[in-house]
Amino acid sequence: MIAPPKPDLVTINIDGKDIAVPKGTNVLEAARLLGIEIPHYCYHPKLSVVGNCRMCLVEMGLPTVDPGIKAPFGDAATGKPKINWMPRPQIGCATNASLGLHIRTNSPMVRECREGVTEFLLINHPLDCPICDQAGECKLQEFSTSYGRGYSRFVEQKNVKPKRTPLGPRVTLDDERCILCSRCIRFSNEVAKDDVLGFIDRGSYSTLACYPGKKLENNYSLNTVDICPVGALTSTDFRFQMRVWFLKQTAGIDPESSVGANTVIWSREGVIYRITPRRNDEVNDTWMADSGRVLYQQIMAADRLTAPSISGTATATEMALKSAGHLLKAGSVAIVGSGRSSLEEQFLLKKLADALRASTALVSRVGRGDGILISADRNPNVRGALATGLIPALPVQKLTALATAIDSGKVKTVLTVGEDLTAAGLSTAQLAKVAVIYLGPHRNTTSDAAKVVIPTLTVFEKNGTFMNQQFRLQKFAKAVPGPAGVADDLATLGYLVAAVGGPTLSSDLNILWATLAAEVKPLAAITYANLPSTGLLLDPTPWAALPFVERETLHFKPAAVSGAANA
Amino acid sequence: MPYVVERKPLTLSERLYFPQILAGMRVTLKHLIAPNVTMEYPEQRPAIPPGYRGVPTLVMDPNGREKCVSCQLCEFVCPPKAIRITPGEIPHNAPTAHVEKAPQAFDIDMLRCIYCGLCQEVCPEEAIFLQNQYSMTGYTREEMVNNKARLYELGGTLPDSHHKWDKKKAAEAHGNAH
Repeated sequence: MIAPPKPDLVTINIDGKDIAVPKGTNVLEAARLLGIEIPHYCYHPKLSVVGNCRMCLVEMGLPTVDPGIKAPFGDAATGKPKINWMPRPQIGCATNASLGLHIRTNSPMVRECREGVTEFLLINHPLDCPICDQAGECKLQEFSTSYGRGYSRFVEQKNVKPKRTPLGPRVTLDDERCILCSRCIRFSNEVAKDDVLGFIDRGSYSTLACYPGKKLENNYSLNTVDICPVGALTSTDFRFQMRVWFLKQTAGIDPESSVGANTVIWSREGVIYRITPRRNDEVNDTWMADSGRVLYQQIMAADRLTAPSISGTATATEMALKSAGHLLKAGSVAIVGSGRSSLEEQFLLKKLADALRASTALVSRVGRGDGILISADRNPNVRGALATGLIPALPVQKLTALATAIDSGKVKTVLTVGEDLTAAGLSTAQLAKVAVIYLGPHRNTTSDAAKVVIPTLTVFEKNGTFMNQQFRLQKFAKAVPGPAGVADDLATLGYLVAAVGGPTLSSDLNILWATLAAEVKPLAAITYANLPSTGLLLDPTPWAALPFVERETLHFKPAAVSGAANA
Repeated sequence: MPYVVERKPLTLSERLYFPQILAGMRVTLKHLIAPNVTMEYPEQRPAIPPGYRGVPTLVMDPNGREKCVSCQLCEFVCPPKAIRITPGEIPHNAPTAHVEKAPQAFDIDMLRCIYCGLCQEVCPEEAIFLQNQYSMTGYTREEMVNNKARLYELGGTLPDSHHKWDKKKAAEAHGNAH
């Protein structure tokens, strides 16, 4: 691997503090490094710079250069260069760091500029804060408090614009609140590659609109809602549901594909209200797909399993576990794991398989990758199963080996973790021949045919880790408690492992990870508590020869070998 | 250590007993003709001074529009967490559709309420007031939770000096848009 060239650092001075930054860094980011906030609306670190909100105006100066010696001259006593301050303010977002650049972010002129910009922005802005969903996370609200005048001098009538224009199936636009920062337009164009938004009309009548005959309906449309600095673009799903200051934020991982986009799960009193992206510059920047934001609905789904059952009759958890233990102890077991389980669950399943000397398999889910944040592999944690040794090769589409084993009578009991075996190629007749133990959160054909059903938690109700397509180990945390009567998945699997004579394993992740690190070679020396929030990249070379299905997505290029194998 | 109480011997007037009776009768007679300080509650009710913080209620504006827009600031500020709001959207065809938001449910648990008045202070729409109702009783816990209908029944209509949403509607009708 070729190391990236060292960026040449230049020292710039912001509010009297020197900082060395790579040449060309914009002043907003440099100030952020110093802990100085320069207010801005239109600038976004992951989008192009347009500089149309004018909120980030700063004073800028450069050292005076002596034409004679072609070098900055300054005060001989202090050795500091003499600075020529520009008479007019400059926008910070489009000012790049260059040698000797001096910036003032809090001078009287700058303060006056911000006050003026805020006043103009508020002229036609409605007094909607009590009914606006953005209240509490609104940049205009925050900056009006911090940098605004505090009272209005505007006596004329405000412009009236449409209040609820549906831009697409998931996004509703409140035109009055829009401050024309154009973040959404740039996002659609640059990241989602679906250039449907634009401004129409002029001056204070400017409005955001879709291109005639088109809709903002791509799978990334809700990111425009996230980056909207005001409450103009609102999520139709979350609109008027709950004020954001009540919501608890939990770090999660999007389980819809092997990209593993980082998310924030917003919940109140055990109810999830929305899911938004969490910034991770190595995985998903600040974006995520719309399809991953509605997955919380699976918690309250009508087909959710909440009570364990034996042969279709509801029973106590202990009875179901005991019955499953007896079935497993009888031997001739096949285990169908899941690429949707956390790495820790896969490790316990591996322990179970070892204790029973059972065969293991995973069912693959392959869809179309969109090249952005949804990969072709729709299982979030296939690599976890490889790392823990649950499976030696890639998951299969159809469980033909298992079907043959059932037909020949070699397998008497099948334990499946959330997978629908009929969808994976087993006939109902084959299912009827074996005793099925089903561990999963939702009902399906397999759970209906199962001898023992033990309900499990969804990804929002437990702690764990996923390993994404980059072999990046990422933690997700429990956002809401599971339904009453559903035991922790690790406790369930731990019980089964112990019941068949395996080792006693803790369901506490910190303790379990000590075992994991000791026994699983690729995960050696990792502790759960020390996993960084941006994930830990593991060495992918042991699996480099496997023909993974993923193609290029944001921040991911498939390894050359697998690319050739796929071609 | 024992504490010794010194008992003085009775004075002459005390020993005579009669002057003490007279002094007592003087107090009794004084109260016989003095005006009453108690009243026949609940038939008689005291006059409530302005600014009294009674039971929190929801009020309507003079046009009968419910003023609460379910911003949930009172729910947020309420120290004993007595307020519980379920926000909701006003249907597009309703006469107040331009307000967009109204509570679906609004419950104040009067067993929790401490009558502090912070909800009234924080309300940006002047929709919640602690008025002069001071007596809340009930036989069950459920009875002590005031729901939205009950809150409006208790609150009634109060005069409004802003007419914020009426102005908004007028601006819409005026058509400052082009």
